[in-house]
Amino acid sequence: MMWRRLLALVHKEFLALLKDPRSRTVLIVPPLMQLLVFGYAASFDLKDVPFAVYDEDGGAAARELVAHFAGAPAFRLVATLRDEQALRPLLDTRRALLVLRLGPRFGADLAAGQGARVQVIIDGRNSNTALLALNYVRGIVQRYNEDWLAARGRAGPPAHLATRAWFNPNLESRWFFVPGIIGMLTLVTAMLVTALSVAREREQGTFDQLLVTPLRPSEILLGKAIPGLLIGLAQASVVLLLATSWFRVPFLGGLGAFYLGLTLFLLSGVGVGLLISAMAATQQQGLLGAFLFMVPAVILSGFATPIANMPEAVQALTWLDPLRYFLVVLRKLFLEGADLALLLPQLWPMALIALGTLTLAAWLFRHRMY
Amino acid sequence: MSGDAPVLEATGLCKSFVFGKRVTVALDAVDMRLVAGRVTGLIGPDGAGKTTLMRLAAGLLVPDAGEVRVLGRDATAESLAVQAELGYMPQRFGLYEDLTVAENLELYADLQGVPRATRAARYAELMRMTGLAPFTRRLAGRLSGGMKQKLGLACTLVRPPRLLLLDEPTVGVDPVSRRELWAIIDHLVASAGMSMLLATAYLDEAERCADVVLLHEGRVLARGAPRALSAAVAGRVWQVSAPGMAPRELQDALSRAPGVADALVQGEHVRVVTREAAPPTLAESPSLRADPVAPRFEDGFVDLLRQARSDLARDIDMGPPRHAVDADDTRAVIRVRGARRRFGTFWAVDGVDFSIARGEIFGLLGANGAGKTTLFRMLCGLLPASAGRLEVAGFDLRRASAVARARIGYMSQKFSLYGNLSVAQNLAFFAAAYGLHGAERAARIAWAESTFDLADSAAQLAGLLPLGYKQRLAMACALMHAPEILFLDEPTSGVDPLARREFWLRINALARRGVTVLVTTHFMEEAEYCDRVAILAAGRLLALDAPAALKARARNAALPEPSLEDAFIALIQAHEQRVAS
Amino acid sequence: MRLGALVRKEFLQIVRDPSSIAIAFLMPLFLLALFGYGVSLDAERVPLALVAEAPSTDSAEFFAALGGSPSFAPRTMDSMVAAERALLQGEVDGIVRLRADFARASRDANGAPVQVLVNGIDTNTARLVQGYIEGAWSAWLAARAARDGGALAVPVDIAPRIWFNGELRSRNYLVPGLVAIIMTLIGALLTALVMAREWERGTMEALLVTPTSMSEVLLGKLAAYFVLGTGGMLLSVALAVWWFEVPLRGSFWVLWAAASLFLLAALGMGLTISTLARSQFVAGQVAILATFLPAFLLSGFMFDIGSMPPVVQALTHLVVARYFVAIVQTLFLAGDVWAVILPNAAALAAMAALFLGLTWRKSRKRLE
Repeated sequence: MMWRRLLALVHKEFLALLKDPRSRTVLIVPPLMQLLVFGYAASFDLKDVPFAVYDEDGGAAARELVAHFAGAPAFRLVATLRDEQALRPLLDTRRALLVLRLGPRFGADLAAGQGARVQVIIDGRNSNTALLALNYVRGIVQRYNEDWLAARGRAGPPAHLATRAWFNPNLESRWFFVPGIIGMLTLVTAMLVTALSVAREREQGTFDQLLVTPLRPSEILLGKAIPGLLIGLAQASVVLLLATSWFRVPFLGGLGAFYLGLTLFLLSGVGVGLLISAMAATQQQGLLGAFLFMVPAVILSGFATPIANMPEAVQALTWLDPLRYFLVVLRKLFLEGADLALLLPQLWPMALIALGTLTLAAWLFRHRMY
Repeated sequence: MSGDAPVLEATGLCKSFVFGKRVTVALDAVDMRLVAGRVTGLIGPDGAGKTTLMRLAAGLLVPDAGEVRVLGRDATAESLAVQAELGYMPQRFGLYEDLTVAENLELYADLQGVPRATRAARYAELMRMTGLAPFTRRLAGRLSGGMKQKLGLACTLVRPPRLLLLDEPTVGVDPVSRRELWAIIDHLVASAGMSMLLATAYLDEAERCADVVLLHEGRVLARGAPRALSAAVAGRVWQVSAPGMAPRELQDALSRAPGVADALVQGEHVRVVTREAAPPTLAESPSLRADPVAPRFEDGFVDLLRQARSDLARDIDMGPPRHAVDADDTRAVIRVRGARRRFGTFWAVDGVDFSIARGEIFGLLGANGAGKTTLFRMLCGLLPASAGRLEVAGFDLRRASAVARARIGYMSQKFSLYGNLSVAQNLAFFAAAYGLHGAERAARIAWAESTFDLADSAAQLAGLLPLGYKQRLAMACALMHAPEILFLDEPTSGVDPLARREFWLRINALARRGVTVLVTTHFMEEAEYCDRVAILAAGRLLALDAPAALKARARNAALPEPSLEDAFIALIQAHEQRVAS
Repeated sequence: MRLGALVRKEFLQIVRDPSSIAIAFLMPLFLLALFGYGVSLDAERVPLALVAEAPSTDSAEFFAALGGSPSFAPRTMDSMVAAERALLQGEVDGIVRLRADFARASRDANGAPVQVLVNGIDTNTARLVQGYIEGAWSAWLAARAARDGGALAVPVDIAPRIWFNGELRSRNYLVPGLVAIIMTLIGALLTALVMAREWERGTMEALLVTPTSMSEVLLGKLAAYFVLGTGGMLLSVALAVWWFEVPLRGSFWVLWAAASLFLLAALGMGLTISTLARSQFVAGQVAILATFLPAFLLSGFMFDIGSMPPVVQALTHLVVARYFVAIVQTLFLAGDVWAVILPNAAALAAMAALFLGLTWRKSRKRLE
């Protein structure tokens, strides 16, 4: 009996969502386009960093060091300076991110074995880019040093670093961001499907019509949650396929674990959406609510900036953010190939959020009156 | 410009709208002229093209063909000049609800360029005319429906226009405020010589106009003085009664009788319009008594419409009730004891008691803000009572299980259906929502499609149906599970008079089968169809009686034959005087 | 007089409806506090596992160099197994392992290998950790060389000089960028619904039949929300300067002028959405899709535009926030660099003109 009523509700919700070609487009096209655009845009890997050289020495050794830079794909030589005055405007106007300055005694010091010094003047306006670029510079200079020492058969420093990165040996930042984008887009879809659905029915009066039928609030809730869940599952599957086939991000984990995590995440997202929707009297309020949830949820999820860097109070706030857990699940699944046991600490909080929000939403269906 | 030049003249006016792949013709070669210094009524059901015509005259739309000239100018080409001399009050006048009464007035005075020097006097006059003077500092959103309409009118009048277009100014307004609005309109025409075009779906208002233009499906069906229209049915209108027959039974029998164009319950009588100038006869009741009465505008209008349309069902069979109902069982089906409901510190319903017997049609009336919507929602189980006890079909609906809700049907004012689902999908969904399945479900859907004539439009989107069909579909959905009790919230607002008649025939048929009906309405003639009506004021029951008894109470020397509206207004005014003193 | 009346009306509505005030003033407060604290790329006190397979004075000396840096919170662990488990579970972000033969090999010609393991899942943190360890390692080398009598350690040494943001505080660039992002959201959110709301509530129809022209209606809205938006902007700048202590090196008036241009563009975008959509539902959806994620990801606020593929770079030119992000980052940290400010300001002016022109063209005094 209950299943038949539920099926009718789900069928109705699907018709309401997908019958109109425009809303169909809104649900399908933007996620795919956004994955493509954002997949390329979201990256901390630097390419073609514009740099300039102010070489006061001009010797062979100095030229060789500059050649090391110009040959690296991360750097692009944009100017060679003849005097110090030209340096400031170059950085001010952002035509160059950094300037390599080799002093007049560079070659001489190097030859004398006293240690030559190369000054790197870098634009710190975007501190993250500056730090990353400095790391690149270090790497290139280190290689130059190794070459130089090897060529002369000299002993190197007493210790050298041998770095290895687990799960992402080349530290490709796309491998980090693309799984994150999947989580973000799934959240947006869950909100688009649910956050306005009750408010819209309230404004049109059909919600009253539903409430006077023998349908129980839990049935109405399920009827509204299931379409969001199914659409989210379908969309995430397509996006997953695109992420692995187009962006070639390795997916080492099991699909079972992926879908379990996805389902729990969608349930919690749909729960929050329905809760907002049940609280809102108008679509406008629903929209504002969706927005006020979504923006912090993305910012505090650890999508781009690590949660560990946040102050304690803000970190505590992130415990309420379902996206936070799902991002960990996604990244561990994609890159680590983690098993269920390892994911468990992320799964139960999402289940808890889903349970709490869905229960509250169902209660509000009947108890929120205007 | 000479004195008798028309203030508004439309020639061959055509306008259609495109919704997706469907083209809807709103106006089809409309010709009309408006005489200066008069109220011209634009009469027609929803969707007849009234609003489109108004908007074209105000220069807000561009006609597909033809032209409309307003005050001697082309309203399309010179729209700015026309708008500067014209007053237009749209159906939902755009009051800024978060501005006060005075601020709304000030804004429109600024926009209309009213000189500062003359303002104070003008405001005072408008406030006196509309009776809003005590409320100038109240937010417009906090006004009642009737007061909002009066403020809208005041804003339109802040610079006295030569021509005033009013689009359904009295929709959703209670009878008391309706009278006040009309008093203002009459005063404006009489004292300032203003010309007016007033659109309405209330037929009794047409009688107040000097001229009427009847629009039907985008065409002019008739025009002229309202009396001329009613004169067409002179000698064919009768007040009929039959001993031993309840008015509703009599009406049902009469509307099926040959030679009868229209039959309508009116208190204890039935009003009949015949096709020929001879009194109606009824085979089963030879002792029928028919007295000729003066024709009303509505009689003529319905007669005209019947000629224009022949698709209306006259023989209504609602099928057997699903639950076995003993029609002689007169135990109360709805019982309300001390019902109260508070919003903040305000008691919207403040201690109401009544009970409704099985098979009764019960009307719930009241001015805007009297608490009838709140009470209605409490009875449907959509709003919990703050105190008191409400029993429907033996259950407390707030606490009762889904089983109790399976026994009631609900139809709201807005005909709340899923607009982007087809007719068949709506029917199927509500059937399933009421727990029907298998053969029973198929049978009920088939019943709904045949009883309500919906089979041909099964594949259409519900949102694109004409209003009359929307109403049928809403009723079909509400009756899908053959409920014992039917709740109707302003069920016929905006529907044309023929569809309204058909609707009430169905309701009567249901009541005869023992279905209890509770209805809220602003239409006093609709209240006449009820067995008993309850009139609410300030959250309390002001009166509860049969319509005839209420009318009898209002009878006095000045009003020997009071209408239910007169009775209603007398009751409300007496109540207000008591409160004031 | 009409325009004045319309502006007054908008203000009265704003005052009466607390939601626009909340959007203009509480949202920046809430978001800036949240973002200002929540978004930080500076890893401080990175948990690090130190494993010395055979502890010696040499290894202790090396670890001391790591422990001395504020960037790390090192933990000494006994075995590699325990350290690897900690890394896998995210308890530490990296492992530094000195093999048993560290002391001996460090005196060899080839030098001793210091094994560094990072968790590559969070690539950015991994890189930062790697960079920090390298820094500590260089410091250790230098100290050791100095003690041993200044023997040559590395042939070429880097001396970084960081301009504009000496301590490389990420907050210094994130907070001004956030001001731009937040104002994009607010500008669009304030105006995205206002035109649609007038249509839905029927007030537009009443306005249209008065002698008011559409440009007056639009200007009235623009003026009111411009003032409101400027208020929100000033609040954000004040928070950035006094609360988050971001230095403002450029002129306040230039910032004011650029912000005004940007607000015009952002409000114009909202008005365009609102005018084209005409229903609050669609307007809201478009506003969400078109503002937050693009401004967050494509404005150069977080990710370097120069490193994106050319097609995506071209797309970023459609993002209003991009131009303002460039201006504020320069104004706050570098000063009045006209070569940066002028072209971006010109772009903002063009965007504002485009959006406002589009709105004006699309909103004729007709109902169709």
